[in-house]
Amino acid sequence: MDTAYSNEDLAFRDEVRGFFEEAYTPELRARMRSNHKEGAEEWQRKLYEQGWVAPNWPAEFGGTGWTATQKYIYETERSLAGVPNVIPFGLVMVANVIMAYGTDEQKEYFLPRILKSEDWWCQGYSEPGSGSDLASLKTKAERDGDDFIINGAKIWTTYAQYADWIFCLVRTDNSGKKQEGITFILIDMKSEGIKVNPIISIDNHHSLNEVEFSNVRVPAKNVVGEIGKGWTVAKALLAHERTGIAGVADVKRAVRVIKEVAAKEENGGQRLLDDPGFQQRLADIEVELMALEFTELRTLATQAAGGFPGPESSLLKIKGTELQQATQEMLMEIAAYYQGVLPVDLDPDALGHEFATDARLSYMYGRAATIYGGSNEVQKNIIAKYVLGLE
Amino acid sequence: MNFDFSEEQQMVRDSIARFVQDDYDWDTRKAIVASDHGISRDNWKLFAELGWLSIPFAEEHGGFGGNIVDLSVVMEELGKGLVVEPFFPTVVLFGGLVKRAGSEAQMAEWLPRIIGGEVLGAFAYVERQSRFALHDCQTTATRSGDGFVLNGEKVVVFNGEQADHLVVLARTSGEQSDRDGLSLLMVDANAPGVDKMSYAMMDGQRVANITFSDVALSADALLGEEGAALPVVDALTDEAIIALAAEAVGIMAVLNAKTLEYTKTREQFGTAIGSYQALQHRMVDTMMAYEQSKSLLFKALCEYKQDPAAAAETIHALKVLIDRNGKHIFGEAIQLHGGMGMTDELDIGHYAKRLMMINTTFGDGTYHRNRFIETAFAA
Ligand SMILES: Cc1cc2nc3c(=O)[nH]c(=O)nc-3n(C[C@H](O)[C@H](O)[C@H](O)COP(=O)(O)OP(=O)(O)OC[C@H]3O[C@@H](n4cnc5c(N)ncnc54)[C@H](O)[C@@H]3O)c2cc1C
Ligand SMILES: Cc1cc2nc3c(=O)[nH]c(=O)nc-3n(C[C@H](O)[C@H](O)[C@H](O)COP(=O)(O)OP(=O)(O)OC[C@H]3O[C@@H](n4cnc5c(N)ncnc54)[C@H](O)[C@@H]3O)c2cc1C
Repeated sequence: MDTAYSNEDLAFRDEVRGFFEEAYTPELRARMRSNHKEGAEEWQRKLYEQGWVAPNWPAEFGGTGWTATQKYIYETERSLAGVPNVIPFGLVMVANVIMAYGTDEQKEYFLPRILKSEDWWCQGYSEPGSGSDLASLKTKAERDGDDFIINGAKIWTTYAQYADWIFCLVRTDNSGKKQEGITFILIDMKSEGIKVNPIISIDNHHSLNEVEFSNVRVPAKNVVGEIGKGWTVAKALLAHERTGIAGVADVKRAVRVIKEVAAKEENGGQRLLDDPGFQQRLADIEVELMALEFTELRTLATQAAGGFPGPESSLLKIKGTELQQATQEMLMEIAAYYQGVLPVDLDPDALGHEFATDARLSYMYGRAATIYGGSNEVQKNIIAKYVLGLE
Repeated sequence: MNFDFSEEQQMVRDSIARFVQDDYDWDTRKAIVASDHGISRDNWKLFAELGWLSIPFAEEHGGFGGNIVDLSVVMEELGKGLVVEPFFPTVVLFGGLVKRAGSEAQMAEWLPRIIGGEVLGAFAYVERQSRFALHDCQTTATRSGDGFVLNGEKVVVFNGEQADHLVVLARTSGEQSDRDGLSLLMVDANAPGVDKMSYAMMDGQRVANITFSDVALSADALLGEEGAALPVVDALTDEAIIALAAEAVGIMAVLNAKTLEYTKTREQFGTAIGSYQALQHRMVDTMMAYEQSKSLLFKALCEYKQDPAAAAETIHALKVLIDRNGKHIFGEAIQLHGGMGMTDELDIGHYAKRLMMINTTFGDGTYHRNRFIETAFAA
């Protein structure tokens, strides 16, 4: 029972801190806002050059080979520096699946491209009729020689408008249980018959899409894992997605930001940060966050000892997203009247406010964190069933 | 003991509900919000014709002579339709100040025009640094000859983009945070020296940051007693909070009804999601949150109707509860709609955003919990 950093760990922390300070320039930060795709790609390429773009990959595929402690240090420093996560669909999600279930050919082709951010990936799981009940999905893949012909629709597909590739769950067999007959397949977004329809979300941005497939021809060699065994593949990926969603380090940073900005707000001479009611709410968040940080470390330690994260990842997801939303709510509260300002390009000096737009965007989009990656209700069902043994 | 609405109140309620249903469907509202001015002047004329703009004003000025209950009926129904035409800024705030502080001549000048839908107004009171403490005021009105010269800036002025006239809270004497020395001044929004930066808010309102640079005002611009505006503004705030709470209660009712309906029709795992007890209990909670909000609103209405001054404690409590229950209800509404709840297309998120703005207007839950503690724990 020990979490003290060694001297090597401390040296590593300084190195990481120094790198973020230097590499994540204000220009890059601005580009992330104005052109998210280009900004993200540029940043991920920088990380690639540094050799740090994939801390969670095994070294043999180009990962860092870091210890669990080093990964933790890296993640903490990343968020304290206000540096966004890498886009997870390629680097975190599909890469893990390909490493675990892919053919040699798939590994050789896709993994280096993912590492270099040459392909933009999106996730085609959800369908209009199949959200929480993912296994009921209907998008159909019919065999035709060496190919599959895909028909159906995916929805809520984040960044499909940018994507070169989509990893999809499709139905190859209708005869058995709904979890059987699902296949995990990689589809080139440039294929004929794919149509991407934008969905504007409540933060007034376009990240969500509906993706329609009509007679899209996909080579059978793009199947990952066995045909009809996609559900096993999908679930492994979801567990990865969930641990990522917890965002403990980002909540820590949010608490720090809250303290900074609440120190500058006053009600008739009383600083908001000194307001007992405000302090108590923030303290409650911090207390819960301290515990969650160690819940996460416990999960990481289990993971480091071998294998995929299991149902415990549901706990991290639930608590982490609740804390994210709690901090987002406090930032909105601090922004007071300004929380509602809609245009994102007003000059802060003319507006009279610095962070209201960021607060609104993260608060509004943040409502989704308890919905995506398997809603928190579904996570609780998973814990009830698999951890508590309740049927 | 009687919590019924009068026949007249019921008629007003029905008339607004009918308007919302027939003439203010979701697509219409969206088109109005997206239009150049963000409101429909035709609707405003219609509101005048239907008498809604006259509700809180005395009969001698052409008003309906309504009380706080009448006003709250209007606000509740407008809330249900997310009506963006500036009833709150023009009638409740601008008109509310004229009727409280105005001389006979000023009332005769302004109230009939408000009631007739001829003037759109705003109350300019928030400053960059003021947050919810309205006496924290740096805008100054300095005596000059017979009149005043106005300098300073107000921000996030509701209806600031469209308003023809503004009532501006300004300091005529004293230091930045003194409670004395504040005055209300009627300012032509198009007068020389008045500059606006207009922008939209997430709830569909158009607001503005308005700067005043050596704006010359005549003596009769003064509304009420010089240096004694704060009690007037505090009194207005009480009425405004009740009005906003009524609007919020209307919104909560819609959110709960829509969410309940959705969970009865949306199927996952082969059955309506509303059949899951985990969700049923959550909707029982939001139903209770709505009923509790309504009860406290009724308490505030009863007290305020009797004696506005005696309602202070309840009004703080009301703002606290509306804030908490509003967040609870819209949070659950979005959550239980799943991905659909996250879309701009669906109205759920828009109701949520209006509740958020209501929560912050004239002080949020944190602020009013403190005011409540000061009031309720004082004795
Ligand atoms: C911003 C955002 C980004 C997304 N990005 C992607 C993406 O890139 N790729 C992708 O494939 N999907 C994505 N999704 C989809 C996401 O995974 C689904 O929204 C989610 O699985 C919920 O499905 P649904 O929206 O159909 O809601 P539903 O499944 O209809 O659920 C509605 C409500 O019912 C509850 N519920 C459902 N079943 C039960 C039950 N048995 N017990 C208790 N409560 C229940 C849910 O928790 C929810 O509150 C995204 C969603 C959002 C909002
Ligand atoms: C102090 C006291 C005084 C009482 N007095 C009387 C009396 O005067 N006369 C009399 O007849 N009885 C009396 N009772 C009995 C009381 O009505 C029962 O305890 C009560 O109905 C619950 O039944 P149970 O104890 O068998 O618990 P169970 O029904 O076994 O319930 C156990 C737990 O499961 C929950 N639960 C059960 N079903 C569901 C469901 N469908 N969904 C969600 N949760 C569920 C319950 O809420 C509870 O938390 C008394 C009980 C107490 C504690």
